[in-house]
Amino acid sequence: MAVTLKKTNVVVVGLGATGGVAALPLAQAGLDVIGLEAGTWLRPDDFAPDELRNNYRGWPQAIQKANREIPTHRPTASSPYSPRLAIHPMMNAVGGTSLHYWAQSWRLNPWDFKVASETKRRYGASRIPKGSTVEDWPFGLDELESYYDKVEYEIGVSGKAGNIKGTIDRSGNIFEGARAREYPMPPLRGTPFTEMMGDAARKLGWHTFPGPAAINTRNYQNRTGCAYHGFCARGGCHINAKGSTAVTTIPKAQATKHLAVVSEAHVTTIEVGSDGRVSGVNYIKGGTEYFQPADVVLVASYVYENVRLLLLSKSKAFPNGLSNNHGQVGRHYFSHNQIGGVIGLFPKAINNWYGLPAQGVAVDNWADDNFDHSSVDFIGGGNLWVYSDRRPIAAASMSTFGRAPRWGSAWKAFIKQYADGSNTSYLQKTTLPYEDNYLDLDPNVKDPLGYPVCRITADYKDNERKLTTFVQDKMVEWYMAAGAIAAEKTPMGTMGPTTHAYGGTRMGDNRDTNVVDRWGFSHEVPNLGIVGASVMGTSGARNPTLTAQALAWRTAEHLTKSWKEIAK
Amino acid sequence: MADFVSRRDVLKRVGLAGAAAAVPIDALAQVTQPARGRLETLTPQEADVLDAVVARLIPTDASGPGATEAKAARYIDRALGNALASFRETYREGLAALDAYARSSKGSAFTQLSLQNQDAVLTDLERNVATGFANGSAGFFNLVLAHTLQGTFGDPYYGGNDRFVGWDLIGYPGVRLIATANDQRMDSAPAPTHMSAYDYSMFGKKKP
Repeated sequence: MAVTLKKTNVVVVGLGATGGVAALPLAQAGLDVIGLEAGTWLRPDDFAPDELRNNYRGWPQAIQKANREIPTHRPTASSPYSPRLAIHPMMNAVGGTSLHYWAQSWRLNPWDFKVASETKRRYGASRIPKGSTVEDWPFGLDELESYYDKVEYEIGVSGKAGNIKGTIDRSGNIFEGARAREYPMPPLRGTPFTEMMGDAARKLGWHTFPGPAAINTRNYQNRTGCAYHGFCARGGCHINAKGSTAVTTIPKAQATKHLAVVSEAHVTTIEVGSDGRVSGVNYIKGGTEYFQPADVVLVASYVYENVRLLLLSKSKAFPNGLSNNHGQVGRHYFSHNQIGGVIGLFPKAINNWYGLPAQGVAVDNWADDNFDHSSVDFIGGGNLWVYSDRRPIAAASMSTFGRAPRWGSAWKAFIKQYADGSNTSYLQKTTLPYEDNYLDLDPNVKDPLGYPVCRITADYKDNERKLTTFVQDKMVEWYMAAGAIAAEKTPMGTMGPTTHAYGGTRMGDNRDTNVVDRWGFSHEVPNLGIVGASVMGTSGARNPTLTAQALAWRTAEHLTKSWKEIAK
Repeated sequence: MADFVSRRDVLKRVGLAGAAAAVPIDALAQVTQPARGRLETLTPQEADVLDAVVARLIPTDASGPGATEAKAARYIDRALGNALASFRETYREGLAALDAYARSSKGSAFTQLSLQNQDAVLTDLERNVATGFANGSAGFFNLVLAHTLQGTFGDPYYGGNDRFVGWDLIGYPGVRLIATANDQRMDSAPAPTHMSAYDYSMFGKKKP
């Protein structure tokens, strides 16, 4: 029998990048919040610069709920399953994957909120790819601007504004939507290599700018500036310069005395009362089952877990899973088309040994609808990103560009010469939702508790493939203009488990095609809120986290303002 | 060059030159054991094969020390007892299959083959045409290659990359806790630190 705990105002399931943000406005408003987190607290001395541990062995190895329930994947409903990942791309801990993410903190561009209507207006309805379920967001960038701003200042985002209240500054991104003010900190410094790349792009007539990152570039809110030591990707920050929620919004919410963090809490299901409202959540900690009653439940785990938790929470009122009486949970799933990249090979060492993925130079000319698509056969595009980041095992495992075998003396001579000569660009490209890309429960694979894991049925379509080729060609052009002696395109792969998953509980006004309303609350269950990228209906061409965090803040603030109507 | 060559390697080369029969088996074993150190998971026979394999994957040659000097096989032996324990059986079967394939295709144990024939055997594995492997030879080849890279270029804490020979080979200037703008200059990389992550006091207390 589960131990029933004292009722609280709000229970937040997952204290990662978005749950960790949502907790703050709730606690500041005086609501009593219990944050249930599957992982543990981690401290700076847990963040060793150890490539083998971090990048090859799935750090942090302890208490990884995620690793016991890695989603399965098949490209289509009739194709065989892909090999299952050994390590989940996301992690559990207080702060979640905001501990080991790259911390690139972009706002979406204005077009991303209006992909459907803008495509129809500019190019005609026939240009919406066949089978796509893309819709406009229920609001535009202007609605989200103040929430982006709040999060940027709360977690500390460094960058350079390109558009302050309509005034364009060419040292920032000229394609971005208007923002109210400058970033709280200047951008991460460039390197001679990224400056060389920037020069080459400008000679091509492209616009370059430094990217935004939730990484301090100077002392900010009692946390120091970045040390550029080079273990940021899948590594935590040993000096707390990275603005994970574990060192920003979560401790700040705790300081109000209205947030109680329960770590190592494995949430299994959400309970529904006879009135069709949620009454609380069930979780297991240390082998004991607990029931945590709450006025309001905010689901804030990763996309796969948000969907899975709803589908596992079946009741008389919701026989097909919570908030799923319209069959929309798991629908409109897509993952960012971020794999098909380009690797450049330079004749001399470029000293990429230090730095971080967020330390780089961006080109946005070929992203979104920033260029005329009349003469191409796809919509959307990609952001080109070149950065300084290299670790030794990965360096030695580099592509040999067809110039050497994979081992032996000839290989060894090649890597001795070129291990510091390659550069891997990061190309984030538009991905659309489609009718036949979705998440559900796997009928065969279960976690150690016996609950089915999430199953992904999804693949890229023609639009993604065409724009990948287009964007990769631009990147090849850029590398060659900068003096590369070779440039190699990497395959785009399929839509398996990833760090950039979207949808499954999409946000929109139409309850027939969306799970949550414009505020992030369920159309079917008024006291159930959902935060995270699972509510996002478009990807843009840039990292999702800041947008998911801005949405989380907005959902939480809405709850504080509408407490009486929502909590009853 | 001489610095990189262990007594074991000298013996091997002598053997390859045709003098193997002149070296008593016991004497060979006596010299070999101290150079290798205590094995943690592999049998001596398995370790002999693995030593020979990694020595061909990342050879000791004109471009400097290789997997032998990095002690990549020691890394694998240790890791098979913990983080890579799920591969212990794969190594048992794979190393036996590799040696059997060497005997069937080239007429001798892998360790006794000429370097050229060792490379030919490994190439057959890589091309997935070597027989006797339950799940194909390429899978085992790729696994050993990946682990040899880890053992040559990973943090020395795990038993490989001995004396930082792997990092020096590719010019990695080493683990630093702060990298200055000067350390990121393109025309000159900073001097190697030759420190493991766990040589830094803040991480030394929480070793994996």
